Amino acid sequence: MAPTSPASARRAGRRSPLATAALLVVGLLATGGAYALATTTTATAETTVASAQLIDEGGKLFAANCASCHGLDAEGTAAGPTLIGAGALAVDFQVGTGRMPMAASGPQAEVKPVQFTQEQIDAMAAWVADLAPGPAVPADRYIAGDGDAAIGAELFRINCAMCHNVAGAGGALTEGKWAPGLAGVDPVHIYGAMVTGPQNMPVFSDLNLTPEEKNDIITYLLYLEENPPVGGWDLGSLGPVSEGLFIWIFGLGGLVAVTIWLTAKSN
Amino acid sequence: MSTTATPPTPSAETAPGRGMRFTGWAANYVDERTSASTAVKALGRKIFPDHWSFMLGEVALYSFVVILLSGTFLTFFFDPSMTEVEYSGSYVPLQGIPMSVAYHSSLDISFEIRGGLLMRQVHHWAALLFVAAIGLHMLRVFFTGAFRKPREFNWVVGFLLFVMAMALGFTGYSLPDDLLSGNGLRIIDGMIKAVPVAGAWISYLLFGDEFPGTDIIPRLYVLHIMLLPAITIALIGIHLVLMVVNKHTQFAAPGRTNDNVVGSPILPGFAAKAAGFFFLVFGVIVLIASFFTINPIWNYGPYDPSPVSAGTQPDWYIGFADGALRLIPSNLDVVDPFGFTWAFGVLIPLVGLVVFLAAVALYPFFEAWVTGDRREHHIAERPRNAPTRTAIGAAGITFYAALWAAASSDLIATHFRLTIEGVILALQIATVFGPFLAYFITKRVCLALQRKDREIALHGFESGRIVRLPGGEYIEVHEQLDDFERWKLVSFDEYQPIMVRPNDQGKITVSQRLRASLSRWFFEDRIAPVTQNELESQKH
Repeated sequence: MAPTSPASARRAGRRSPLATAALLVVGLLATGGAYALATTTTATAETTVASAQLIDEGGKLFAANCASCHGLDAEGTAAGPTLIGAGALAVDFQVGTGRMPMAASGPQAEVKPVQFTQEQIDAMAAWVADLAPGPAVPADRYIAGDGDAAIGAELFRINCAMCHNVAGAGGALTEGKWAPGLAGVDPVHIYGAMVTGPQNMPVFSDLNLTPEEKNDIITYLLYLEENPPVGGWDLGSLGPVSEGLFIWIFGLGGLVAVTIWLTAKSN
Repeated sequence: MSTTATPPTPSAETAPGRGMRFTGWAANYVDERTSASTAVKALGRKIFPDHWSFMLGEVALYSFVVILLSGTFLTFFFDPSMTEVEYSGSYVPLQGIPMSVAYHSSLDISFEIRGGLLMRQVHHWAALLFVAAIGLHMLRVFFTGAFRKPREFNWVVGFLLFVMAMALGFTGYSLPDDLLSGNGLRIIDGMIKAVPVAGAWISYLLFGDEFPGTDIIPRLYVLHIMLLPAITIALIGIHLVLMVVNKHTQFAAPGRTNDNVVGSPILPGFAAKAAGFFFLVFGVIVLIASFFTINPIWNYGPYDPSPVSAGTQPDWYIGFADGALRLIPSNLDVVDPFGFTWAFGVLIPLVGLVVFLAAVALYPFFEAWVTGDRREHHIAERPRNAPTRTAIGAAGITFYAALWAAASSDLIATHFRLTIEGVILALQIATVFGPFLAYFITKRVCLALQRKDREIALHGFESGRIVRLPGGEYIEVHEQLDDFERWKLVSFDEYQPIMVRPNDQGKITVSQRLRASLSRWFFEDRIAPVTQNELESQKH
């Protein structure tokens, strides 16, 4: 690379030594950019095509199943709130967990068997999202549950445990409402609940908990679900109340039975 | 003499085997130096009556032994320091989280030390069982009147043991320095700070700083492993010695009188049985600890003053105090003209609980004063034969149970699908009116049972045999009890209300009047025991 050599001097005269690198960068950018452009355009095209159908289908489903409470144009009625701006994620959460359509008026909407297929839910979500911008279904990497369980656990204790219990076993709220247990909840629904704040739950916006942090929380909850309790059966993870009931009924009750057995022998 | 004539049999008598000779020699060696035979002779012939309810105190004693054994193991590995470290153990959802050394070492006991988690669970389950067994034992003593003279002191000692057990339990609950134990300490701190004038001073003295500080865990540790166990062991010693001195009570039966004790002697029968029972208790605790999680501290995370988990409760024996705080109406705090806050929302439960505990401790003296009974009682009463005492006990249980239930008001609400406000209101009503209701119902039930006993003793029991008389009338034949059965129904003490009498100066004092009216309250409604005359006149 020493410039004293005649050959290298000649080459240096014709091209800057950085030219090769610059050319490479240009080439890579062009190819990559073109590829990216090609893939996105095709994807967008597909989505828009699908969306037109989906929105149409979602509108029909909405009119048939939701409009009686939410209004024909989702403007809201006395029986249900407006869904303009609710976003696709709210629909995915409410319908995807079976909370909507609501079975009956009560302190809060109950989880029940899901009434629609995922395609129908997506269609309704697309229709609601088309009304006005709102929270969208997150990218897969935010609900993969591959984050940091320790950070997730700490965030969970600080932000969620006061209602949902440290082990996600659920807890009581005012006026007959409750924070449900979180075992077995689909990650996308956990994410959806955090973003849309259904019923009594507060909204945890991306400024409050970043999508990565939400993924950490999901990771922690999945950890609890996938790892069996190390100390034996967990008695519902309800804390000292279930432990106290257990020791009185089975511990002391069992030992009283033993004392009766021991003294019965002598008679 | 005849040894030479018939060698085989006498040689077996006079020349014991080598083992026997050694035992004899060793026993003699020890006895000559300690005079232990006197104690063995005295203690070994102590008689213990046999009834299942007399073994509840044993359950408490044996679970305490289990607590001592497992607790000793835990002290080998627990470090009570509050120095902050970063977790690097094997529980993934805590890795890299800053925490105190105390919490770290509790996690290490659970995850790194072989058998550590089992020992922790044995220790904690045994502690819950210890207090529960004490509670049931106290109820047995109360409802059978086994606290009456000469056993009033032992009742007080037992009561102190109950308080010690709660104190031991609470200090132990606080040691792991996890979120749950920190929340518990925060409530204690709040209660201390509510005390007028001295509250803040006591709080700073205890915590060494504004809550939580860095001193509290080592201080509680000293209390938990040294001072409180030492007091507890001393009290247990006094309790057992007094039990031997006072002798054990027994239920009335033919041959069992106020002046004797019928049962099996300590040596050999009772001691062997008790040792076996110890292992049964130990076994039950270990089985429970092997299969059921208790206090999964890794779920709670290190203590941090900001989060409080849903379902945060104390262990069951502190539940009544937690419940009292939950039931007291809010907005009772008053700011006086001098600018001091009176936190009545905390002070009323605090004073109420102290009064309740004092009432439990002093009840034997109260009853002795009201009844004016100075006799010694060694026969355990059947609860129905002391209706007012049984009713008072039922009222006390109702009061305690309502407070206790209130500590789980949130879980009652979620699991029975109720509103938490409704649960609280219902328990407030139960706390205030429940004891009265329980009192009247229990008293009436006791009197009715006594009446039934009297009926059976006099007229026999319904045999189920229907006989048609010559006139066409049907009657059911009543059969007489045998003497053994009848004895249990007719042998109990009869009390009369105390009369108001003037004292030496011819005056009727206020306390006399009070005592007479209390005595009337105790004994106005009563069923007289069946007399011998009545029995004989019934025998046709």
